[in-house]
Formats: sequence, structure tokens, C-alpha cells
Amino acid sequence: MALKALKSQLKAVLESLYTEGVLDHQFDQLQALQDANNPGFVVEVVTLFYEDTEKTLRELTKYLEQPIADNQRVDSYVHQLKGSSSSIGAQQIKLACIDFHQACLDNNKDGPLIKLSMNSIIYKANSRLLFSWRKESLLMIPNNSDDY
Amino acid sequence: MGMAAEAQFHVLAVDDSLIDRKLIERLLKNSSYQAVTAVDSGSKALEFLGLREDDQTNPSPPSVPSNHHEMQVNLIITDYCMPGMTGYDLLKKIKESSSLKDIPVVIMSSENVPSRINRCLEEGAEEFLLKPVQLSDVNRLRPHLLKGKLREQKLQQQQQQLSPPPPQLPQQQQLQPLQQPQQPNNKRKSIEEGLSPERTRPRYSGLAVV
Repeated sequence: MALKALKSQLKAVLESLYTEGVLDHQFDQLQALQDANNPGFVVEVVTLFYEDTEKTLRELTKYLEQPIADNQRVDSYVHQLKGSSSSIGAQQIKLACIDFHQACLDNNKDGPLIKLSMNSIIYKANSRLLFSWRKESLLMIPNNSDDY
Repeated sequence: MGMAAEAQFHVLAVDDSLIDRKLIERLLKNSSYQAVTAVDSGSKALEFLGLREDDQTNPSPPSVPSNHHEMQVNLIITDYCMPGMTGYDLLKKIKESSSLKDIPVVIMSSENVPSRINRCLEEGAEEFLLKPVQLSDVNRLRPHLLKGKLREQKLQQQQQQLSPPPPQLPQQQQLQPLQQPQQPNNKRKSIEEGLSPERTRPRYSGLAVV
């Protein structure tokens, strides 16, 4: 009983994340790849992504503290983050990375950093939501075939 | 009789991103019966394939059973953007190598740059996939996997024709049935009991010649 309720809740949260554009259909793909033989796949990948995000945020913070620092290094971290966010369907972050890269090309230092930081914070807030039910709850992410 | 001949394909995946390696591994293993080796750089890929820095494959007389993975790899799928050796550089090295050039190579990239795509295809890549790679993309790999499998089988045949059965043990300690084809990937194929020896060879008696 409680399990079913939890699953519905989780599904509702995911749906709202899709609606808000935080996640895109690539996240569906991750769910589709999770099955009885690989029950921890989504958790594993999301965890790795979370670590990636942390790394990039640290670099961004360092850069913000030293505005004269070379933004090439930051750009390459952001490029990496763009790749991984695209791979898991973290659309909002991906778009923020794209904006940042464009701004680097346009040599605009302040704007996109703020934007990226803000989006990262938004993601963190959301991901805390995902993780607040213990990581195991991600194992219950409904597959496309589920009828909840 | 044996099992229905569900050939197992061995794919070498090359990507510097851990997440993407996990993803491609899952994608490939999800679709059909595959073994996947994932490495994080072009140079590690070449190492796995047995290609040394000086662009020569490890010299190995044909009579020695090859442990080189290059024979077993049926497809190489590589990211384009990697630090150091790019996917394109890797592609070039593979195509320039006489032993590796017939292994099908597929390139992945998150950027849709037509000139990049064309360059890779011209250099001999079979296909160019846009990241993130989807389940539907994996279906497109099938013909390339089959091509790679055919290459593997040809090489196995050639090797068996060139060499007599390699000496098993110097003494008569083991009377192994010599009709089993000597294959480097014995562990993987051991479950396929139905491997029928395609060729008949003079059967040696229990004595192995050193």
C-alpha cells in the first residue's frame, strides 16, 4: 500500500520536473535502461552526475573569487558538465552550460556565471528533493510500462 | 545441437566521460548479447587493441594463438571530443593499421557539425551518432557488428589454417580432446556448447608434439 503511494508520489515529482524543463526525455532513456538485472542504474548515474556538478561548481566558485583567472579552464569543466547533463537529461543545467560557453566566446564574463550558478542551485534544490527519500527510492522510478 | 547461434559481439567503447561510458555500456548490453570493454582514452584503446606507440602491432608468429584483443573486437565506438587523442585521431590510427583497419568504427559526438561528420565518414567511420546515444541508435549498429564479427571469423579461420594445433603441454599430462578449436576467448564462448568445428583436421593422438 505505502509502496504504491510512494511510487505515485515519485512519479508526480518527476512529471513536474519534466514540465518545468528541469529534466528532458533523455531521463526516460535512463529509466528504460533500468530493469530487474540493473536495478541501481539510475541511482548510479545520477550520483555520478551529482559529483560532476559539485566539481564544476567548485571551479566556478574559484573563478568567481578570482575574476582575472583564465576562463578557458572553467569553460572546459562546463563543457564536461554540459556533456554529462545532456547524457542524463538534466536539461536545465545543459542549457545553462550552453549559455555559459556562448558567453565565453562572446567574452562576457559576469552574466552567464551568475545564471549558471543560479541554475545549479535550482538543480540542487530539486535533486535534494529526489534524494530526500533515500537513494533507494530512485529504484522505484516507474518504467514506461508501469501503470501507476 | 547446441544453443541457437546467438553470436556474442565484443565492443570496445572509448569515452573520457565516466557517465557516458556507463551509459554506452548499459545501452549495448541491454540490446543483445554483448561484451563491452570501456576505456577512457584513445591511447588506452590502442593499447587494448595491441597497437604499440610505434604503430606496429606486437609481432607474433601466426602459429601462436593470439591473445590480442584486436581479433575479438567486433566494433569500436568512440567519442569525438577527448583530451589528447581525439576520436578522429583514433579513427585515423586504426585505419592506418593493417591489422586493425577492418574493424568497424563508429563516432559519437554531442556536437552536430556537418564538416566534422563528413571528415569522419571520409576517413572510414561507419556511422556518426549524435549524443546522447539512444536505444534506437543501438539498432543502427547491428550491421556494423555483423561486419566486425565476419572479420573475426575470417581471422580465426586463417589462423587455424596456418597453424597446427598449438602444443598444449609438453608431457602427456593432459589428454585434452584436441578437436576443440583453440580460441583466445574461450571463457566467453564456453557457454556456447554448439560450436561445431568447421574444419576437419588430422586428429593427433594424445601425444602432443613440443
